[in-house]
Amino acid sequence: MSENAGNGAGLKGARERRVRTGGVELCVAELGDASLPTVVLVHGYPDSKEVWSEVAERLRDRFHVVLYDVRGHGRSTAPKPLRGGFTLEKLTDDFLAVADAVSPDAPVHLVGHDWGSVQAWEFATVARTEGRIASFTSISGPSLDHMAMWFRKRAGRPTPRRVAQMLGQSARSWYVYALHTPGLPEAAWRGPLGKQWPKLIARLEKLPLSGYPTPSLPSDAAHGAWLYRDNIRARLRRPRTDAYAHAPVQLITPTGDAYLSERLYDDLEQWAPGLVRRNLAAKHWVPRTRPDQVAAWIAEFALARQEGPRAAETAPASPYARWFAGRLVLVTGAASGIGRATAFAFAEAGARVVAVDRDPGGVVRTAEMARLVGAPEAWGECTDVSDEAAMEKLAAKVAAEYGVVDVLVNNAGIAVAGSFMDTPAEDWRKVLDVNLWGVIHGCRLFGKQMAERGQGGHIVNTASAAAFQPSRSLPAYSTSKAAVLMLSECLRAELAGQGIGVSAICPGIVNTAITGAARFAGASEEEQQRLRTKAGRAYGRRNYPPEKVAEAVLRAVVRNQAVVPVTPEAHGLRFMSRFAPWAQRALARIEPPL
Amino acid sequence: MAMTSAVPRELTGELRGFREVQRLAYDCAEAVAAQLGPGVTEREAARMQREWLRRRGVRDWFHLPFAWFGDRTAFAGFRVPLQFFPTGRRLEAGMPFILDMAPVHRGFTADIGYSGCLGPNPLHDRLMADLAEHRELILREVRERRPLREIYEDVDRLMVRQGHANRHRAYPFGVIAHKVGRVRERRWSPHVFGFGTQALKGLASDALHGHREGWSPLWSPYRFSDHPPRPGLWAVEPHLGFRGTGAKFEELLVVTDSRDPEESAFWLDDDLPHVRRTQEERAA
Repeated sequence: MSENAGNGAGLKGARERRVRTGGVELCVAELGDASLPTVVLVHGYPDSKEVWSEVAERLRDRFHVVLYDVRGHGRSTAPKPLRGGFTLEKLTDDFLAVADAVSPDAPVHLVGHDWGSVQAWEFATVARTEGRIASFTSISGPSLDHMAMWFRKRAGRPTPRRVAQMLGQSARSWYVYALHTPGLPEAAWRGPLGKQWPKLIARLEKLPLSGYPTPSLPSDAAHGAWLYRDNIRARLRRPRTDAYAHAPVQLITPTGDAYLSERLYDDLEQWAPGLVRRNLAAKHWVPRTRPDQVAAWIAEFALARQEGPRAAETAPASPYARWFAGRLVLVTGAASGIGRATAFAFAEAGARVVAVDRDPGGVVRTAEMARLVGAPEAWGECTDVSDEAAMEKLAAKVAAEYGVVDVLVNNAGIAVAGSFMDTPAEDWRKVLDVNLWGVIHGCRLFGKQMAERGQGGHIVNTASAAAFQPSRSLPAYSTSKAAVLMLSECLRAELAGQGIGVSAICPGIVNTAITGAARFAGASEEEQQRLRTKAGRAYGRRNYPPEKVAEAVLRAVVRNQAVVPVTPEAHGLRFMSRFAPWAQRALARIEPPL
Repeated sequence: MAMTSAVPRELTGELRGFREVQRLAYDCAEAVAAQLGPGVTEREAARMQREWLRRRGVRDWFHLPFAWFGDRTAFAGFRVPLQFFPTGRRLEAGMPFILDMAPVHRGFTADIGYSGCLGPNPLHDRLMADLAEHRELILREVRERRPLREIYEDVDRLMVRQGHANRHRAYPFGVIAHKVGRVRERRWSPHVFGFGTQALKGLASDALHGHREGWSPLWSPYRFSDHPPRPGLWAVEPHLGFRGTGAKFEELLVVTDSRDPEESAFWLDDDLPHVRRTQEERAA
């Protein structure tokens, strides 16, 4: 238990103190200036306070960060006897003792992960802590009382859906039953399981190998089994029916959590009015795997409550806000059409937006409107995506000034129409430079930054329905888009292991400015103008709004879809490409009436 | 330019009649807008407009007053024309709203649209400032005698550049404007689907004449609007939508057959709320 002496793995420069309470001695670490608002981070099972080291590091310049080892874990001592020593009442005593020691005058911002969150729900809902908690961020740990009520509500009227929800959560809780076995879990943890655990979670939970878990793991895990034995059965049998939060609550849900169903939180607004929801596409241990985003959300939520309750209540209304609030999104081709609509959709969801286009007026306008619809920050960058040097400069600037991009949308594209024989080499080069090389530069530069950060992300490439429909009139455009589609699929395979998703969006005919700038190879200048107007009017009559494509982009990121046809014609063509390619070949021979 | 024509223009008696009813309608809009508060429904707002105008002698309508609140100002999810009619939607703080009415008073028709917002809303301010550009663009191109269909497309292009969606496309025939004229005063003035029968009769007769002569009283994106501006009074109503927020103005544009560009087309009245607002902003 004491091998982990000194300052603790990853908690460099921490001030340590011991707090005595209820027969145990808690090890408390503090980082940052004590005059700043206090954030108390509570760890879960089987963890110690070092689980928070990456998050604490990112909060220490803005907060007084306090971490403590829960009784029986890390370098805190265990109660004697163990049975009955881990009840939620005693854990609440511990929290109050720590809070009084580190922040006697001001309430603290509470953050819990896993069992830390289960405890913290108790802290945030019992009367004796009222006035001591300024805000509460819950990650992957429901209140046992709420959970009991959740089960009761579903058992009370067991519709098939509700039964499925109950069975789903019960199956995810297999380890809870296992931990109730006497003796065996302790033996396993102190024996082979404790030895294999770091390798096991590195593989199953994708934890980076960075000196975590700490060597105290076997005894932490053995003691912590009593968290379950002392509380689960008691609370599920006799839940408190008045467990209403007396502090504002933010709920961060990792959607890939193997232990907790998202459905558990369905009724949470009832218990925590004004609940703020945040979703992360990650597995259970987000304080290790996504420290940047977790720290950003904790800080944003706590600081907003620090300024007063009013300032915090202007939350964006978009259903995607829980996914994209505060995240950095870069969209190319954002001065018009689908790119602009996508930038606005992300802005509406509260994302920080970088709009990139070669039209300087257009991007400035996009950034300005993005701020008006809800982006906390938005920037317009005038860059030609086909220019490698310019893109490298942009990537360096974005990384230095705005941060690592969470969602990259490679959307910039131009259209060239006309038969293959009519299309001069110059037009070929132009269309490939923008449509294909633009995407390659984007993926290479920003994708690399994402992969190096190692905290996930998403890349969306705008292909087209023309990527799976050959035609005699759009050879250059279709070729470039087919390449983008294949590039996306390959990259998706390559980046899947790093938690980075790649999606290809394939819109059909969408009413955008692409026709107004299209080149019709083999046509004279005035003929060009006539054809553009005519195509523009046809697209106008089709009148499929780019906003719907933008919606599909956001949905694709949330669901991590690989290929997303948008518009009925795109769906139809994709269906044909799978089941009736001969029909597509016949279609391809028809000369369009332009 | 619209801003330069603020000099009072000598109007003929007929135009004065139109201007008076347009002023009356805008007064109504401002009076009703001032009474709007949280919880008022669209139906109540429409009734307030109707009663305010009836008290001042309006007996016939080009169309009955409309009121749209919240994302209905951008016609979000509109599929059938019945959705234009006022609903039970309640106004909330920060919500945009549009009042649209077309009273007939002493035989003169007005058709106006008034956009506002309950409390501060920077996005709505932006939309109103952007609308001012459309007001100038339309007047400039009408004076150039450009075909109406092309002007429509130029307005569309400006909207795209500004980042907005064209929401007047949702109106019947996608019109950005339509002709209005004098209406006979009758003792009985029924309306069907919110439109006054007298006014519809006028529009239908215009449409018939226009069909024979190659013009249309509806200013639309379609081929039947591919003709230079036709002299007369046009109620012009560009309508911008930006996600859940919409804004429009609607006022009468006078088109004449004069050779002098200044006289060939002008806004009937430059002393209207949205025009004053633009002037104040530019002066500031």
